[in-house]
Amino acid sequence: MQAILQKYEKSTDNLLGLLHDLQDANEQHYLTPGSMDAVAKYLGVPIGYVYGVATFYTMFSLKPRGRYIVRVCQSPPCHLLGSTDVSRELIEVLGVGFGETTADGQFTLEMSSCLGVCGVAPAMMINDEVYGNLTVSRILEIIEDLRRVK
Amino acid sequence: MSIYRTHILVPVDEGTVQAGVFEVKRKLEQAILQKGLEKEVKVVESGTVGIQDKGVILVVYPERIYYTNVRPGDVTLIVDEHLLKGHIPPGIKHRTLDIQAGMKSLHNTGLTRQQKRVVLDKSWKIAPDNIREVLAAGGYSALEKIFGEKITPEAIIDTVKKSGLRGRGGAGFPTGIKWEATRNAVGDQKYIICNADEGEPGTFKDRLILEGDPHKLIEAMVIAGYAIGATKGFVYIRGEYGLSIERMQKAMDQAREFSLLGANILETGFSFDLEIKKGAGAYICGDETALIESLEGKRGNPRVKPPYPVTNGLWQKPTAVNNVETLANIPQIITQGSEWFHTMGTEMCPGTKVFTILGHIESPGLIEVEMGTPLREIIFSYGGGISGGKKFKAALLGGASGVFLSEKLLDVHMDLESLKENKAVLGSGAVLVMNEEASIPDMLFSILKFYAHESCGQCAPCRVGTHQLLQLAWNVREGKGQVEDIDTMMSLAELMWRSSLCPLGQSVITPVKSAIENFRDEFVLAVSHNQVS
Repeated sequence: MQAILQKYEKSTDNLLGLLHDLQDANEQHYLTPGSMDAVAKYLGVPIGYVYGVATFYTMFSLKPRGRYIVRVCQSPPCHLLGSTDVSRELIEVLGVGFGETTADGQFTLEMSSCLGVCGVAPAMMINDEVYGNLTVSRILEIIEDLRRVK
Repeated sequence: MSIYRTHILVPVDEGTVQAGVFEVKRKLEQAILQKGLEKEVKVVESGTVGIQDKGVILVVYPERIYYTNVRPGDVTLIVDEHLLKGHIPPGIKHRTLDIQAGMKSLHNTGLTRQQKRVVLDKSWKIAPDNIREVLAAGGYSALEKIFGEKITPEAIIDTVKKSGLRGRGGAGFPTGIKWEATRNAVGDQKYIICNADEGEPGTFKDRLILEGDPHKLIEAMVIAGYAIGATKGFVYIRGEYGLSIERMQKAMDQAREFSLLGANILETGFSFDLEIKKGAGAYICGDETALIESLEGKRGNPRVKPPYPVTNGLWQKPTAVNNVETLANIPQIITQGSEWFHTMGTEMCPGTKVFTILGHIESPGLIEVEMGTPLREIIFSYGGGISGGKKFKAALLGGASGVFLSEKLLDVHMDLESLKENKAVLGSGAVLVMNEEASIPDMLFSILKFYAHESCGQCAPCRVGTHQLLQLAWNVREGKGQVEDIDTMMSLAELMWRSSLCPLGQSVITPVKSAIENFRDEFVLAVSHNQVS
């Protein structure tokens, strides 16, 4: 954690960058109370301030998340081309609702605002990878493939 | 530096990625190695071509032959016949390699010829991560011109003002005036910020500019910094745009190496540096004052305006905030002059505009055309018309804060003035097309869901209003509403327009009003069986 903190100058405008890096470094893709506390002390701001910022932005999570974060685009272009079906299929295949993580700790299902890949709507992102032109059978295939990855 | 006889450009964007571009590229590199051509042929990843054709595209230079819809299985044939024997493979079926459209030289292809590329001129002809290619293609020549000819900051601002360039992020504010105000504002330190927090649903033009030609943006920002008297700039990029951030960072490192960025640029004594700030998922940060707050490391709550950022911006210093596409016009305005810029577009709205076309459309993607191009042409010529042979019903222009247009307005010209006359907006340039089967109440519901999620919660009209509107829209869509609900939605949206703090809450009225006014029958029908007759 110290190594990440040292990368940044002690200036408040680095808060978002610090939170990103700390979250990325966490195996469960979330901001632990300890990491937020460390950032607050490092930047010399109250812990409430850090918490306020962390909860404002959708990319930060205060809860542990799965190995794969599945983010389904909910914006109007994807909605028009069937993101409701995509969501329904994912809920069924994964067996969890939005904001939840599978019991084996593999998948977290999240809603997302426009991912900016509307040319291939309906779309989702799994970690940093974009999956577009989604159909029910394609979703099954994608999730099955990921389940096989050890 | 080695010299290759042939370059194969492989445009990478989400469309080609979905079509398997990386597998094709891998196969291509393998085949080139197998045939021992690796010292003669170089494979280069480039930015997007935009709407051109479907599937993976390969462009072979210097022949300028381009293959569309390339499958991994076609690669051996292309390498054997084209690269080894020097002729285009014969007898390939239409579906694998489109002989009709795909085999012509680039300059004969209808779509590229018609499009007017200014912002995206280099995006698919260069490797964006190679500054030498950028320089060879004319990158940074505006900067050289400024320092070579000793053009003053005032003269630059004058040129930009005369060009009539207006902000491409949605508001359409004249860029030259914004720069002048920032230059004239009192402050020991000034800043230039590039707003690359592209979050408007249906918009991805800025991402493709950033990915396709990041150096153009660096050049524009150095020029902007010089013009307004700033020594420091920030590029605020959406956290979701990983590749944009990576490409921009690499481009900045290269520019510093070549003395085009950083201390004492090109030994002129002018110093200017850039820093990337990564967003973290908040639509509201596309608003310039919310973006500034976020950049300072705070919650992205918009500020009360005035004062405007040109006097009280980042850390209360004079700051110019410009959209990616706006800035990408600057280098060519400098090299080719303001009169050249006026040869494109309309009198009040010169230049080009990048549009993203999506929804029920044959060829979704992005195009760059002159301002004022008729909507019909954008949808039916460039976008290839409605997919599946269905009929056109509506287009949502400008994303979630945009306007629902009916067929009556298909001939509207896409520039700020023409659209305003027709009670519409250009917004970010997103054109979401809906066919006859789309439900407008359902689409409005989707938009309001977006608003309810993205309202920052700072002011009550927006925080409460977005959720009430969502509930009403849900009632209507589910057939549980009353006719009065439709009118309540209108008055609520109007109340939000009057009383919300920032453009987010103020803009809800645009989709609500246009959906209900232009498609009222559909809303009435949705609630009709609940009426006492």
